[in-house]
This record gives sequence, C-alpha cells and structure tokens, in this order.
Amino acid sequence: MENNYILELRNIVKKFSGVTALDNVHLEVKKGEIHALCGENGAGKSTLMKIISGAQKATSGEIIFEGNKVEYNSIKDAQNLGISMIYQEFNLIPNLSVAENIFLGKLPIKTGMVDWTKLYNDTQAILDTIRLKISPKTKISNLSVAQMQMVEISKCLSVNSKVIIMDEPTAALTSEEIDTLFKIIKELVAKSISIIYISHKMDEIFNISDTITVFRDGKHVKTLQTKDTNYDEIVSLMVGQSIENLYPQREEIKEDIVFEVKGITGKAVNNVSFTLNKSEILAIYGLMGSGNIELSKMIYGAIKKKSGDVIINKKKIKKISPHNAIKAGIGLVPDDRKNEGLVLIRSIKENISLASLDKITQFGFVDKSMERNTVINSVEAMRIKISSPNQIVGNLSGGNQQKVVLSKILRTSPDVLILDEPTRGVDVGAKTEIYQIMDTVTKKGKAVILISSDLPEVIGMADRILIMNEGKIIKEVMKKDATQELVLAYASGGVSND
Amino acid sequence: MIKPNILKRVAKIDSSQYRAFLILIIIIIGSSFVAPSFFTFSNMTNVIRQISMSAILACGMTFVILTGGIDLSVGAILGFSGALSASVMVSTGSVFLAVLTGLGAGLICGLVNGIFITHYDLPPFIVTLATMTLLYGSTLLFTKGAPIAIYNQSYTFIGKGDVLGMPLPIIILIVIYAIAFIVLSYTRFGRNVYALGGNKEATRLSGINVKFNQAAVYIITGLLCGVAGIILTARLGSAGPEAGKGYELDAIAAVILGGTSLAGGQGFVLPTIVGALILGILSNILTLMNVNPFVSGIVKGIVILVAIVIDKKFKSISSKGE
Repeated sequence: MENNYILELRNIVKKFSGVTALDNVHLEVKKGEIHALCGENGAGKSTLMKIISGAQKATSGEIIFEGNKVEYNSIKDAQNLGISMIYQEFNLIPNLSVAENIFLGKLPIKTGMVDWTKLYNDTQAILDTIRLKISPKTKISNLSVAQMQMVEISKCLSVNSKVIIMDEPTAALTSEEIDTLFKIIKELVAKSISIIYISHKMDEIFNISDTITVFRDGKHVKTLQTKDTNYDEIVSLMVGQSIENLYPQREEIKEDIVFEVKGITGKAVNNVSFTLNKSEILAIYGLMGSGNIELSKMIYGAIKKKSGDVIINKKKIKKISPHNAIKAGIGLVPDDRKNEGLVLIRSIKENISLASLDKITQFGFVDKSMERNTVINSVEAMRIKISSPNQIVGNLSGGNQQKVVLSKILRTSPDVLILDEPTRGVDVGAKTEIYQIMDTVTKKGKAVILISSDLPEVIGMADRILIMNEGKIIKEVMKKDATQELVLAYASGGVSND
Repeated sequence: MIKPNILKRVAKIDSSQYRAFLILIIIIIGSSFVAPSFFTFSNMTNVIRQISMSAILACGMTFVILTGGIDLSVGAILGFSGALSASVMVSTGSVFLAVLTGLGAGLICGLVNGIFITHYDLPPFIVTLATMTLLYGSTLLFTKGAPIAIYNQSYTFIGKGDVLGMPLPIIILIVIYAIAFIVLSYTRFGRNVYALGGNKEATRLSGINVKFNQAAVYIITGLLCGVAGIILTARLGSAGPEAGKGYELDAIAAVILGGTSLAGGQGFVLPTIVGALILGILSNILTLMNVNPFVSGIVKGIVILVAIVIDKKFKSISSKGE
C-alpha cells in the first residue's frame, strides 16, 4: 500500500540559528497527483520546498523517495533522483536560446564540440510534448512570461523529473495562459509525474489540485482531499481561526468629484477618461496587456504619456512626474514592490520617510527625533511586525514589506491613492489588514484607485469598477451589479458594450 | 558559546564602519615594528600630508560609489584644474583668482560628467573614462608638456604651510570629511544618495529628483578634485603635465577598503579616510624599508585583495546572525 507514495517526508525539522522553521513536519506525495501546499508567508512552505529540492539540508528527519531512504546535498543531486523545482523568479539566461537554456550544463557533446543538431532535435521533442510552438533557437529574451514558464517546465522534463515543485507558477500569467499551463500540468500528471503546487490563489488550488496540505507556523496542520473540503475550511486552517469578513462593509458613495483624468493616451493606453469621487474605491480591472497598470503609472508620471490631463481638486497638474504628483496629492504603491517600491538594502525607517523627507527636514537637515516618532506611528498604525525601525526592509515578509510601502506613500498625505496589485504575494492575514487600511483611509476622505488582477478582491473592495480592454475603458460596473462572470466577460472582450 | 556571540555582535554593529579601523591598527602596529622611524610625529604628519590629495578625491568618490556610480576622471580633473590654477597664478599674480579658477575648473568638469550621465542616461564608467582621457590630453596640450612653476609664497602656503602647528592640507582634509560626514548622515541630500544607490527606480517613484541628486555627486566630486589639484600644485610649487595620474585608482581603492559597497547604497564616508591612510602608510613603510618601488604596487594590490576577502567573510557572519 505504501508504495503508492513517490515522495515521503518524515519528521523533518529545520532550525536556523535557534529559530525553528519546520517543526517535525511530514508530507506524503502520491504518484501522479497534484498536491497543493497552503499556508501564510512564514508558515514554512518555502523552507520545506528548499529541503525537498536540495537547496537546503534538514536539521533532522528522513526523505523517502520511491520507497528508499535518500540523502542529498545539492539541487543537482535532487534532480538526478528526479525532483525538480520551478522558482517564482525564473532561472533562465535571457541571451541564450531556448535549447541552450533547457540543456544548460548538460549540452550534448560530439568530439569536444557542442552537437547542435542533437541539441535542437532533443529540445524540439520536449517542446512538442508540452505543445509549445516556438523554435528551439529562439532567444529567451524574445519570449513572453508564459512561454518562459513553459521553458522552465521543459527544463524539468529534460532531466526526467518525477516530482516537479511549482512555486506560484501563475503569478505573472494571464487567464488564458493559466488555462494552458493547467492543461499541461494535467498531461504531466497523466504521465505519472507528481506536482507539488504552491500558490496563494485559492481558486486555482481548488481548480487543479487533488490533495491539499496546510501548514501554519512551521507545523503540518492537515492534509485533505480537495473534493472533501472547501475554501473557508482551508483559509481557517491557514489562519488558525476563521476569517469572518475578508472585505470590510462599504458605505454608499456620494458624487463629489475630487479627481479627474481626461484623454490619457500613451503606450498601451488609448484616450482614457474617468472621474473619481471623494472616499471612493475605484477599481480599474483588465487582463494582462489591457493597459490598466500602464494607465495608473501614467497618471502618476512613473511612465511617460503622450497626451491627456490629470486634474486633482479642480487643478490641472502641469508636467506630470512622481515629484509633482506627490506634491499635488497623488500617491502610488507600485505593483513591483522589490524593484519599484522599496530600497531593500536600507532600513524600514529610511524607506518609510523617503517620500516625505521634506516634512521632517529643516534647512536640509533631517530631524531625527521627529522622524523616529512618525515612523513608530506608522509602524503601530499599520501593525508592521519589526524588531527595530533600523531593520533592513529586505528581511521582512512580503506583507510587512507592502505595509512599509503603504506607510511611505501615506506619509505624503495623498488625496488620491493609486494601489497597483496591493496584495500580490501577501498572506491572508496581511491581506485583510491592507483591506482595512484601504477602508480606513477612504473613510477619512481619501480616494483610492485599485488596480488588481485578483478578481474577488476587485469585487469585494471596489465601489465602482472600470473595465479595460486593449487600452480603453469599455464598461463601468457598480458594486451592486458586479459579479466575477460579468467583469471577466467584459475584460476578455467577450461582450461588446451596448 | 560566548565567543561566537561576541563575534556576531561585533560584526553586526555596522561592521563595515569598523573593519577598516581594525586593518589600520594592525598595519600601524606592524609598521612600528619593522621601521622604528615610522611612528614619529614628523613621519606621521608627512604620511597624512601625502595622502591628503587622494583622500580628498576619495571623499567625493564615496558619494559617487554610494549612488552606484564610479568616477574615473578624478585624477584627470585634479591635474587639469591644477594646471589652470597655476597658469592663472603665473599670469595674473592673484592667489584669489588662481584658487577660484582651480575650484571652478573642477566644478565644471564635474558638471559635464553629471550632465552626460543623467541627461543622456549613460553609464558613469564610460562617461568618466571618456572625460578622463579627454582631460589628461587637455592638460598635456595646455602645459605643452612642461610643468608650470609657481614661486608665489602665498599660493604655495596652501600646500606647504602650517596653521597652529598643523599642516594646512590636513586641516582642509579634516574639514572636508567633517562636512561630508554631516551631509551623509544628517541631511536630506545624504538620504537621497543612499536611496538612489540602493534602488534608483523606487527613489524616483518616491518623488525624488533622481537626476539632480545624481548629477550633484559628480559636481561635488569635481569641486573636490579642484581643491586637491590646488593643494598638489601648491605643495610641489608647480603643476605637472601628468599630475593626478593614477590618483583615481587610489581613490577607488580607499573607498573599497573603507567598506563601501561598489553596488551602491551601503557604506560610510569616515572609513574612506581610513582606507586612504592604509594605502598611504603602506607606501610610506615600503619606502622607509627601502623596498624596490616597483614592488610597492604589488603589495598594495595584495592588501586590497586581502581586505575585501576579510570584508566578505565578516559580511557572511553578520548576515547569518540575522
């Protein structure tokens, strides 16, 4: 009976300088199943995956692979056994071809030279199995994110992986690309390959997995058959308590226009105009490539627009730039936290005060005690979990990092707050807190523009939704009329506007 | 059990600030053993006087490297502004005009670097490599390959004179580093420099004028090159056609020995002066020991390599401690 399992982990303990990251954890993965792992950030999923993939060694415990106790010391050892991992951040070399990337480190050699014919043939064979229609000679830099994902999967197939770990594989994919990925995953499973699937997106997990294991605080909480459980149960297992209202109750918004954009045109954005009321949360929803992210960044001056006006409190902003936008009362939380939101190597304190240094500066000198007080205020108000304001931001969890970005922008006292993907890569607990913050600031009269690819979040938070497709706003939906099906239908261009 | 903890704690207290001091102390102690004449007041002031030019360049270089950039043209600006200053001194006889010209030349060279790097968005390495070549050539052309001698005592006082028993170049050096320290630790501009080096895009999106701040560090550096150029000219009593050559590498080495990250965003200015001192003492001790001058470059290179290896070891200890 036990031979049913391809991979078993028993009594895994992992300690980092005294801190227990994994506490006597077990995990059983069956042959040819999709096993989803759930847990908030810091639950121990990543550490466990690093141990399975050979990136780290467990402090104690056993790994049983195909019925035999195994021990390995490197990612390469794990791959040789048949365990591969696809990271959220791809490990591809942009300037090399698809074929070279797939066979990197194991290029076929003939008389001391690379056997290009064999390389391209072997690559073609793998690409065919996952029905990826690109030439093996294509450079990685010319591929879309979805295609890169497929190349990563091809890499796993090239080493005959029996277990493939996927960490947030859909984070950057459009819904069509996700469908394709899921089809391929199902085909892999049909070939008796097992998938360990890590994702924050519950709908995906329920869509694709056979089994779900929940972790919390470094402990194995429960393993369930997907068909026997539901969303609420999994979330409450993850959080340790049930989350009653994920989204705050919103009040009716009165018309009181504080912000207006007229005819914004630029790359991927075509003549967009809309208005925003005081205290309103306005979502601008669109699939990838619809131009909603670009629009939000043009309003803020983060990327250049060709034409169009931004009017706040009845005043037109001349020469839009992040500097002028902040001065006029617009704040932006960018979608790419690590590259656009934070200076990761600097402290929490410096990051929080970065955008509002003028408020605590006199004659060019930063008033350090005033800074300390404002930072401590922010940290407490946002419930950011830190050991000291001088802690380096890069060491915080995703949710806490996001709260630092939010604090930084709120310190500039914006009247209009643009939030691009505010809960991406953030755990459920921090998510609800960010929703609360959005609700609180709008109650104080600020207006929020929410750009999110998380449809339940858009429907749950927005008072009004603008749907974008191919650079244009094609539909306005009020909260009471909004359903996932309706919004998605418009966003994918399936319904023409009446 | 206690020992590694202490080590961790030492490494944690912004280790990069103190590592350079540690190396300096070791070198001073070592030097006193091998050359008894080393640890005398006259020799020590001599060493500091000698390093004052490269240390002033290294001060500006610290700003540049903190923003994630590099400035290869510092030596060339030094030579160029020194030559201009000397020629104005000779032709007008006015110390004031000569100093003003030296400072102005440095500032304008820095401004040119800044404009090319920010306005045209070009890599600092390439821009300053070009201006370095250009300025070394200009100095040769301007001096026609011969030194410009200065006999005015008020001018040479800047490089040779003492104030209250302290050599003037050392006083200038201390003042510059004090200002730099205050600017980096306490002012908004200092914050912007660190943020810019840590993540340029995030800094821009925080509403900070990235181009202005980035250009400013090159302008500051240019100005400091002008100061160093005047000091060198005054000290030697002449502006040489090849003055400043090689100073850029000493300046960069001093910054690195001071523990500032070449990637930008992390580091401090005071350890840079320690880095410059380490290099100066090394040259000095090798001279005192009558070591073949061709060997001294080898020794310096080895010391830099050893220092960065130690630096990396310390960093891994402190990151594990977190």
